[in-house]
Amino acid sequence: MVNTNKTKKNNREDLEKIGIQIDADETTDTAEEEDDDNEEEDIKQPAKIRKKQNNRKSSKPSDEDEDNSDEDTKLKARNNRRRLPVQNGIRKNKNDKDDESDEEKSTDTAKNSRTKARNKDNGKGEESDDNSELEGENKKTRKNPVHNNNRNNRNNANKRQKDEDNKKVKQANSRGNRKGEKDNGKDKKKKGKSSSSSSSSSDSEDTLSEGELAKVLEEVEEKKMLIAAIRTKAWRMKRKLTTLKESQEFVEKFEGALGKGKGRKFYAYKVMMMKKWIKFKRDFENFKTSCIPWEMKIKEIESHFGSSVASYFIFLRWLYGINLVLFSLTFGLVVIPEVLMGLPYGSIPRKTVPRKEQPTAMDFSVLWEFGGYIKYSALFYGYYNNERMIGVFKYRLPLSYFMVGVGSFGYSLMVVIRTMARNARENGIDGDDGDFNFSWKMFTSWDYLIGNPETADNKFASITTSFKESIVDEEESQKDENIHLRRFLIVLANFLIFCCLAGSGYLIFYVVKKSQTYSTLEELTWYQKNEIDIVMALLGMFVPPLFETIAGLENYHPRIALKWQLWRMFALFLGNLYTFLLALIDQVNAQLAEEESIKNKTLAMVNSFNFTNSTSESIPAIDPADFPRGPCWETGVGLEFTKLTVSDILVTYGSILVGDFLRALFVRFINYCWCWDLEYGFPSYTEFDISGNVLGLIFNQGMIWMGTFYSPGLIGINILRLLTSMYFQCWAVMCCNVPQSRVFKASGSNNFYMSLLLLILFLSLLPVIYTIMTFTPSFDCGPFSLAIYYLNATSKTYETANLELKRKMQMLRDEQKNRRNNKYTVNPMLQDLEDLLPNNANVNKPESNQIVIGKQPNEATRANGKHGKEMTLAPPPPRMVVTKPPNPRQVSHIPGQPRSGTPGSGPRRPSPGQSRH
Amino acid sequence: MGNKQTIFTAQQLDAYQDCTFFTRKEILRLFHRYRDLAPHLVPLSYKDNPDVTIPYELIGSMPELKDNPFRQRIAEVFSEDNEGNMTLDDFLDMFSVLSEMAPRDLKACYAFKIYDFNNDNFICKSDLEKTLLKLTRNELTPEEVNLVCEKVLDESDLDNDGKLSLEDFQHMIIQAPDFLSTFHIRI
Repeated sequence: MVNTNKTKKNNREDLEKIGIQIDADETTDTAEEEDDDNEEEDIKQPAKIRKKQNNRKSSKPSDEDEDNSDEDTKLKARNNRRRLPVQNGIRKNKNDKDDESDEEKSTDTAKNSRTKARNKDNGKGEESDDNSELEGENKKTRKNPVHNNNRNNRNNANKRQKDEDNKKVKQANSRGNRKGEKDNGKDKKKKGKSSSSSSSSSDSEDTLSEGELAKVLEEVEEKKMLIAAIRTKAWRMKRKLTTLKESQEFVEKFEGALGKGKGRKFYAYKVMMMKKWIKFKRDFENFKTSCIPWEMKIKEIESHFGSSVASYFIFLRWLYGINLVLFSLTFGLVVIPEVLMGLPYGSIPRKTVPRKEQPTAMDFSVLWEFGGYIKYSALFYGYYNNERMIGVFKYRLPLSYFMVGVGSFGYSLMVVIRTMARNARENGIDGDDGDFNFSWKMFTSWDYLIGNPETADNKFASITTSFKESIVDEEESQKDENIHLRRFLIVLANFLIFCCLAGSGYLIFYVVKKSQTYSTLEELTWYQKNEIDIVMALLGMFVPPLFETIAGLENYHPRIALKWQLWRMFALFLGNLYTFLLALIDQVNAQLAEEESIKNKTLAMVNSFNFTNSTSESIPAIDPADFPRGPCWETGVGLEFTKLTVSDILVTYGSILVGDFLRALFVRFINYCWCWDLEYGFPSYTEFDISGNVLGLIFNQGMIWMGTFYSPGLIGINILRLLTSMYFQCWAVMCCNVPQSRVFKASGSNNFYMSLLLLILFLSLLPVIYTIMTFTPSFDCGPFSLAIYYLNATSKTYETANLELKRKMQMLRDEQKNRRNNKYTVNPMLQDLEDLLPNNANVNKPESNQIVIGKQPNEATRANGKHGKEMTLAPPPPRMVVTKPPNPRQVSHIPGQPRSGTPGSGPRRPSPGQSRH
Repeated sequence: MGNKQTIFTAQQLDAYQDCTFFTRKEILRLFHRYRDLAPHLVPLSYKDNPDVTIPYELIGSMPELKDNPFRQRIAEVFSEDNEGNMTLDDFLDMFSVLSEMAPRDLKACYAFKIYDFNNDNFICKSDLEKTLLKLTRNELTPEEVNLVCEKVLDESDLDNDGKLSLEDFQHMIIQAPDFLSTFHIRI
């Protein structure tokens, strides 16, 4: 009850504030006024003046002098007292807005000056009107500034007290006998409108009400903005709540009242929908946040280790989200359609394990290497058929395969860039380090997230150290140091690091080369099989510490040193990756060469099948497992990436298990019987290596991006990896790591990680594009196999056919010329007849080949093309009339399409020329 | 909404969601956290706005705050009586400002209040000294403390009045790379 009263009053207050007069009876007002306290006395004045000012302003367009009619002034006088709470409301609003007391002072003084100006105005405007009223008013207004000042003082003294007073007043008001009077805000508004319009000339009516509307609208918008931004106000909750309630009520009341006639209904509808929409959005937000996984886990880590370690897990979760989208894209649009609608396993050679591999295809050792059945499954490129459309839905799988590949990159790019932009916006401008070095240390070095005593101790220590360091730096910056020595050391360090990088690159290249020679061997040892992975893992394990040691020479500031370290590790990983890729490309080239020979073999085989079973339309009855097939380099590439990813996972987990867990166990339990303190002495517990872990994650992601195109299943493996590593690393970090002693700033590096990720995205895009653009797809596997192979093959066939045809035509023409020269007078008909007879009798030996082909109805394109061309370009048809029944002219026939109408005519045609000999 | 909760009315929850950066679930969780601090004091229903405050001793013992050197200041700044005794509204307010979603300006404003130990709307040298001592647990020598405070004033005091005003502070903190991530309590 109290609430509704209050709101009604609020509404009215607001209404009045914007210049709508309320037609109300005095009696209630005066009665109510009695129990209000002193303070209202001085508020009264500005209320009236403001009121007048509003009137004046609103009716200004009509006339300057006549705007205040008698009626109007009387009304005003009558309403004076009642309008008091209005001003209270305004006062309150003002309080809300002006938080700082000095600000308030300034506005108040501004108001004073305004009031003075208004006084002058009043004096001029109302001189011709009722004197007594005017005098009274002027007196009051003249008193006003003093009161205002008083109030200012009081305000400054006890602003909060006043707030409370206001509230009390309000409550008193609402408790008063006003209830009946303000039963309906809207009605009142209308009434107010009519009264005000009646008081002013009809001419100004429109502008006034429109002005009103605009003002109400403005007010409503303002309130809406306030509602939206209320949570960003630095107020007490109580005040926020009341302001919110007031604004909401106001908006609710007057939003619907805006607009006219039909528009009004629509507006109300719109407002209603808007409210629903906002509610929906809020619910959705609630739902969304409740869906964010591992929130509590990360929170726990955050409170133990501070924000930096948690930033790794947040990054991991973010990557998991991206991968989930990529996974659903790949599996939903490529893998599952192929499995459901494509040809089943074993139907065609590419979907079958070759005979030679079949005995071992289910062995664990083979499956572990992704051989056997896994290699010939939908997880790899080679399994996909090149059929343009599959299933009852006519699903275009090759197209979808390609689009998913493009889409994955596009999506990742978009997400990374968007996240970077958002981070950049949130983090603001990264100022120069030197500008506020000490200030930042002072005010931002404490991590409020820390909720663990040990971490807190570490943090205190590290803050103290960093202050001491800065002090020392500060003192040292005054002194001169040996700049030459320092430069020399920096150059030396960089040189050493470059050597390390080059060495590691060469090592990998060497190993990959060596492993290619292994492929010719039959029996491979375990080491030989995994040599590349082992070498890469070892390099990744031992080179970064080496870098760190070398970086000690440079003597950089820790933060700069850390950045350098990260870049060097990045270069190392990248170099390794690209060496690996180069070696892989070599391997692909070798496989392509091998494929060429197999292709010829297969082609010959297909042809021979065609020759032998001329009647069968389908694939010959040979088992797909026995079919000769190319090495399918795409599957090979996919396999390499998958193996690398898996070995990376294993190495990571292994190192966590051994390096962290076992070490922690050792330190924890052997400490009881050891001669020095293991926990604080040499081995100690490990720290969580954020930069290394993040880089590992980034490179893993790069590998996924590269490999997904050739192995759609890779993304599924990655999903599993991220999922398990989330739990595993969470456990490991909580169980066996200690908080870092050196502070690694998380926030500044967020975008650093992102830029690394973006770089990796581009770098992984390059090889994929390169391989797609330059290498021809395998002819017998994958969704793009025969499509392109077919085009290549047919174009080559046409080429050879054309050449042959040209040669023949030339020959033909020469012969005809000769013939014409020799027997120019002979009747052509006779000559043809003559030609025909020996033709049947003695067929030339070189033609036999053609006859054989000609007998084949389903002949390969080559022969057909030749025939077609020959048909159209051959000498005039009269001869045909003699030899056989008339054929339809086949000028429009496209060579390459199988046709069976003219088997016999081809071989006969050249005979006339030949018979001449 | 099928899940019934009897702590707040729907309007209260909506209002809290409007006034803080929390979702419905988080508000309920915060309420439970608040209540767990003093189960005997806090009623299970807030529908009729009970007037309950929890003393600072209990607030300061929360795991989120207990290791924070500024916990007393935080509680004082956010509590209505400026002594660290908090109502539920103050409690929500505090964690809303310290939440991830709160904008930089709001955080900066409250950070200023927190570091302004003597509540004179300026961070003067004594405030800086107190901050530094709390941060380093008195491990710096007086000379070092003096040097650091002077350096801070030297860097950030733009109008050279020997103390940091809110504007000075905001200008400095806006550019700080770590401010948002460190002035943040996850609950």
